[in-house]
Amino acid sequence: MTTHDDHVREHDRPLSGPALRVKALESLLTEKGLVDPKALDELIDMYETKIGPHNGARVVARAWVDPEYKQRLLSDAGSAIEELGFGGRQGEDMVALENTPRIHNMVVCTLCSCYPWPVLGLPPVWYKSAPYRARAVIDPRGILQELGIELPDDVEVRVWDSTADLRYLVLPQRPTGTEGWSEDQLAEIVTRDSMIGVATIAPPTERRS
Amino acid sequence: MNGVHDLGGTQGFGPVVIERNEPVFHSAWEARVHALQTASGHLGRWNIDMSRFARERMSPAAYLAATYYEKWLFGLETLLVERGLITANELASGRAANKTDGAAALRASDVPARFLASRSGRRHVAMPARFKAGDQVVARNINPLGHTRLPRYARGKRGEIARDHGVFVFPDTHALTRDEDPQHCYGVRFAARELWGPATPGRDSVFLDLWEDYLDAA
Repeated sequence: MTTHDDHVREHDRPLSGPALRVKALESLLTEKGLVDPKALDELIDMYETKIGPHNGARVVARAWVDPEYKQRLLSDAGSAIEELGFGGRQGEDMVALENTPRIHNMVVCTLCSCYPWPVLGLPPVWYKSAPYRARAVIDPRGILQELGIELPDDVEVRVWDSTADLRYLVLPQRPTGTEGWSEDQLAEIVTRDSMIGVATIAPPTERRS
Repeated sequence: MNGVHDLGGTQGFGPVVIERNEPVFHSAWEARVHALQTASGHLGRWNIDMSRFARERMSPAAYLAATYYEKWLFGLETLLVERGLITANELASGRAANKTDGAAALRASDVPARFLASRSGRRHVAMPARFKAGDQVVARNINPLGHTRLPRYARGKRGEIARDHGVFVFPDTHALTRDEDPQHCYGVRFAARELWGPATPGRDSVFLDLWEDYLDAA
């Protein structure tokens, strides 16, 4: 049996350079008894379905409806997040940052791609790419403006460069027009980008009608 | 290392483009290389700082041209060979020169626990802290050839200690010799004007998390 034959059966178009290298590497490591392909399948399922921004949205929605939870989240984010059943790799030392009418927080990792996996999942391409990593610390207002967020001069912008083990979750402002909404309803409107600090959540005027 | 990965403040890369409804992985091989990194890391031959340093050693032109998971693939191949799990010949040929009994490999049933197990660099040891919140500090002007988490844009700049995060493994030594050298790590607030000059909005600031060995009293 050769990997090439497997590949021809499994795919109807040629694999690209890195795809071939990864396939060869997985075959080698499996043959050497260093990895078990079933564990790889399990890992991929975890990253594709179990973790993701839907977890962070639960945290934000709870903080919006429960002032005591919000206080716990802001003073000890790790424990508060764990209350909702989330935790693990790349989320061991969490910090929550509250966006207010006076302060806008935005998170970056200029050196690599540090990101709070348990609550937001794996980072999107733009977060890991050179334009964001390079510019977030020197021109955050420019990035925000391009993404449709105009901040008045009297709003303080705080950029958090994830250079160590701390992982940051932005608690976005709750939009007006959501008074009386359930926690589940609120979780539906919390976006990934609002929890990184590059988006706000618009009042749901159209959504409600 | 003053590598190309240290991107903060670099200009000319163009706008940030957000992909709508982005999948977690854009192709099957990206998912495989991410999983291979975790499964190989389970074998205990390296730590996260060594992983980062492996990717940082990609040549600058290749680093900027590579997609994210191409960098991961480069880093993984580098570590596997350097740390003796495979040989360069095995990597080149794709054929195993020798095999293990497989007992050390991560199993599917161990994956959830593996994810949940804390691998934080936090160390619960009592150590005196050189700084406290409110202290004025200067980030050291260091240019090590090895790994560091002190970005160039903050070196030599004055900031204020915002918070003592506690004691953490020091990445500079951890990446090279696995010496943990645990020490306090601080949230440090730098005025945007201190970093980028007087044309910058006066209220704005950048927070970095910096270890004690990166800081001097101002």
